[in-house]
Amino acid sequence: MTAPLDDTSILPLELTDVSFAAGGNRLIKDVTLRFEPGLKTVMIGPNGAGKSLFLRLCHGLLQPTQGSIRWQQETGADRHQAMVFQRPVMLRRSVAANIDYALKLRQISRRDRGDIIDRVLHQTGLRRLADQPARVLSIGEQQKLALARAWALEPQVLFLDEPTASLDPAAIHSVEEIIAAIHDAGTRIIMTTHDLGQARRIADEVLFINRGRILEAAPADRFFNAPENDLAQAFLRGELLW
Amino acid sequence: MTDFSDAFAAAIGLVLGLDTSLTEIVGLSLRVSLTAVAIAAFIGLPVGAAIALFRFPGRFFFVVATNALMGMPPVVVGLIVYLLLSRAGPFGVFGLLFTPTAMIVAQVLLVTPIIAALTRQVIEDLWIEYEEQMRSLGAGPGRAVPALLWDGRFTLITAILAGFGRASAEVGAVMIVGGNIDHVTRVMTTSIALEVSKGNLALALGLGMILLVLSASINAAAYLIQHNTKRWHA
Ligand SMILES: Nc1ncnc2c1ncn2[C@@H]1O[C@H](COP(=O)(O)OP(=O)(O)O)[C@@H](O)[C@H]1O
Ligand SMILES: [Mg+2]
Repeated sequence: MTAPLDDTSILPLELTDVSFAAGGNRLIKDVTLRFEPGLKTVMIGPNGAGKSLFLRLCHGLLQPTQGSIRWQQETGADRHQAMVFQRPVMLRRSVAANIDYALKLRQISRRDRGDIIDRVLHQTGLRRLADQPARVLSIGEQQKLALARAWALEPQVLFLDEPTASLDPAAIHSVEEIIAAIHDAGTRIIMTTHDLGQARRIADEVLFINRGRILEAAPADRFFNAPENDLAQAFLRGELLW
Repeated sequence: MTDFSDAFAAAIGLVLGLDTSLTEIVGLSLRVSLTAVAIAAFIGLPVGAAIALFRFPGRFFFVVATNALMGMPPVVVGLIVYLLLSRAGPFGVFGLLFTPTAMIVAQVLLVTPIIAALTRQVIEDLWIEYEEQMRSLGAGPGRAVPALLWDGRFTLITAILAGFGRASAEVGAVMIVGGNIDHVTRVMTTSIALEVSKGNLALALGLGMILLVLSASINAAAYLIQHNTKRWHA
């Protein structure tokens, strides 16, 4: 299913000659890309390649030092995006209250908030934990809560930065299921991972990044069966870790 | 030695019998220190949070001032407030010297820097952890303040308790600006100083015991809060 491409859609997202420098180093280099609605894009690449920086730039947490990042619909673009970070950040309040806080920031009325919270807790299997302090949950549960919180905002685009990096296999499995469900409900997925298996399971489209440069952007089948870039081939063989 | 045990027995008698001069002194102490701490929290929490989150002209001055004031000896604070409130001073017209209000003012000056400095530390640390997530959810530093104060609540309550401990135990400032006037500005610490010098050990000991219990309770509360935090909020 794809997100409706009406005039309220903030997509496509267009990056033109985007670079980001810090401390005299160019960490993201000359990226020109267009994210159309609908697909699941997975960015892979070695540690330190710039995956996290790239997502932060797209999400607006960082400003590019060169080039431009434009949503088709700029006004209100902020409220149609959400991001799930590598390490979940939960407020010191209950599971339900964490979601409630995010909804309140979007000025969702109290009545609607209750229904939304019930729904996303159910969809992420967290309902029995609703009244627990969020910070005592396991990391896997907290990451599911981060997904529930993001889902509650019904974003058109969801960014996820290595969302399963520190999780056990069972938690990885349920996080991947939740990501798929969020996508099925109409949200564009743009994520990073260091886990090739996960990229194969999730990606419709792959971006391969190395040292701040996007070396290959291809449909998943083509990328995994016949990568064109030498370094991408090396990475798939497990020979390019840094 | 008999003097001492007689005094001790008399002191317990005063405390258990709720002796009126004793309860009056304890009541005034609590009223002055609790009011001062409430005002100090009302000023110190937002000021500390603002210093932590915003870059504004004069910020450097605030940081230096809170840190310098935090370690200020009570007698010096008392002296400053005395000069400000004395007949010839800038606020002399209000006639506040040697009133409980003057004592509250002095204790506010003593306690506000402690609360502001600790608040700044707590909020700064939390913001480092929360910033990206908060911005992603649509809350810049301004909108995040209530949530940050709430999430720092356990540490902040401990800071407020520390402020109350300092206020209720200090003698220098209230002695100078209050004058230790019977039935008017006599609080626990100043009475103890006076009664000991007069040789009236019973009242001094009774007040001392109450002060000790108060300070032990504050520390117990602070400990329980820390303990509770670790258990529930990682
Ligand atoms: N704010 C920053 N200032 C300077 N260097 C940074 C900053 N953030 C990240 N880097 C550097 O940029 C590179 C890419 O980082 P990152 O995007 O986190 O990589 P990845 O997520 O692919 O592992 C790394 O070398 C990292 O040290
Ligand atoms: Mg990263």
